Amino acid sequence: MAWFRKDKKPLKSEDRRDLPPDVFDKCKGCGEILYAEKLAQNLQVCPSCGHHFRLPAERYVEILLDEGSFEEIDEGLHSEDPLQFNDLKPYKERLTAAEEKVGRRSAVLAGTGTLESLGVILAVMDFRFIGGSMGSAVGEKIARAGRTALDRKEPLIIVSASGGARMQEGIYSLMQMAKTSTVLAALHEAGLPYISLITDPTTGGVTASHAMLGDVNLAEPGALIGFAGPRVITETIGQELPDGFQRAEFLLKHGMIDRVVDRRELKTTLGVLLRHMIA
Amino acid sequence: MTLAGSPRLDFERRLIEAQEQIDELVASAERSGFDVSEELNELKKKLNDLKESTYQNLTPMEQVQVARHPDRPYTLDYIERIFTNWIELHGDRTFRDDEAIVGGWAALGGTSVMVIGHQKGRHIKENLRRNFGMAHPEGYRKALRLMQQAEKFGRAVITFIDTPGAYPGLGSEERGIAQAIAVNLREMARLKVPLVSVIIGEGGSGGALGIGVTDRILIMEHAVYSVISPEGCAAILWHSRDFKEEAAAALKITSKDLLALGVADEIIAEPPGGAHSDWDAAAASVKEALERTVSELGRVKTDRLRKTRWAKYEAMGVWGESAPETPPDAS
Repeated sequence: MAWFRKDKKPLKSEDRRDLPPDVFDKCKGCGEILYAEKLAQNLQVCPSCGHHFRLPAERYVEILLDEGSFEEIDEGLHSEDPLQFNDLKPYKERLTAAEEKVGRRSAVLAGTGTLESLGVILAVMDFRFIGGSMGSAVGEKIARAGRTALDRKEPLIIVSASGGARMQEGIYSLMQMAKTSTVLAALHEAGLPYISLITDPTTGGVTASHAMLGDVNLAEPGALIGFAGPRVITETIGQELPDGFQRAEFLLKHGMIDRVVDRRELKTTLGVLLRHMIA
Repeated sequence: MTLAGSPRLDFERRLIEAQEQIDELVASAERSGFDVSEELNELKKKLNDLKESTYQNLTPMEQVQVARHPDRPYTLDYIERIFTNWIELHGDRTFRDDEAIVGGWAALGGTSVMVIGHQKGRHIKENLRRNFGMAHPEGYRKALRLMQQAEKFGRAVITFIDTPGAYPGLGSEERGIAQAIAVNLREMARLKVPLVSVIIGEGGSGGALGIGVTDRILIMEHAVYSVISPEGCAAILWHSRDFKEEAAAALKITSKDLLALGVADEIIAEPPGGAHSDWDAAAASVKEALERTVSELGRVKTDRLRKTRWAKYEAMGVWGESAPETPPDAS
């Protein structure tokens, strides 16, 4: 296989994902070289090992909702820089760069639509936007999705993917956990379903708020899900972490999620669940 | 607790030297029998001024050091000084009793309340037991059990916040630390009784918020409340812990910052030299603020209490809104 290696420039996997659909993609699970087109048809799930590639938010809209049913809400909601935060790079610059890269004004895509003809509210977090971190705009957008569900008396589905808090918004970032949980409390009391779908990776404040509060918590296979990141834990306890630690299957075994669901079966699973709850 | 003999922090050194001068003067006066009261008063005044000016001009990272001061009063120290009839209750009824969070019934003035707080240890042995105030899931579940008990009997809940954070470990993750905190956030929002929290030292991120969704948030003058420790933030954003000073300043974590940002409702003044220099005085200030706040909230009808609480959290943060097509503005 030497001729493969010959032209290959050392591409970083991060860069690779952001490129427009290439001809080939290499599976991070099994190393298999895959046709990008076939991979896309398979919802970015490796046909040979089942590895689930991370997806941009809009793909979940396509996967979960009936074609043409999606109507975006709060598209213009965006972050401000309340603390005028400046680390190695001003927060404002990070925001502009993320907005350009992802083509969206925040790390959440939200809207109304139908899933197997059932009216739902869908909010999807996008890991590409500053690691899907939750600042005021993200928290507000998720909270509004919840309020829309309340107004329309329809189920709420949140797809989570996040590195946790948006540090550049300091304490406001932490308060978003309370904000999303408060809206979910209202939803809970109104007897409306909330299904949480947790994707790779979901850690920190997002796990410790809306991601874990579903009536049903679902996760994609192999997704990293935790409170503390694996590196922090390794540093704290000073030992290697066991295989599969904080993966979706680990959480299933420990009773933290209801099911691990293959992406190709997500829509059907959600349909079955929602009909049991409300239809 | 006095400063003498405990040179814990750099900026305390000058204070300790001044205290030592006083001690020496007293000792020599005793030996010689001379009246030194005039000099003594002057030195004492100097020390007090020094304390005040030092503690009024702390940098954000120095505030963090004071908030973490090993001589600072902890939850049980406050409970002992503020409440009567304290009776501690244990366990989450599922796994074990997490001693990093304590809780139980107590009386504030004449009123029964549920008191819950993170508990740090003062020595190595005690810290092993208290896990440095870093709770596992069962600590948060115990806290919720007690809060719901308070609700059952229509009593207010007071929480004392003082933790570096929830414990990041294997067992903690296995037993669902994220789930435990998340449930607390949702259920605290729903409780039908008044909730008051006091940040007495370190307000460490989700571990603090897990018992901190309350109608009123009071913060001690030298306490801090942050989404991440300055060290952790520096390591991630500056790629080195050496930038903790910068991170501490940028994160806006002091009591003044939190009041200005609308997260804290009130700052509780500390005695000159910080709460660790006079536990009784610090506790007296906390008691006054708690009595006032609890009685004020006690007059609010349940429905209104919850509505106000929800509205407060739903308004938290700063965001912008623009028409969908507008490009990112550079204001």
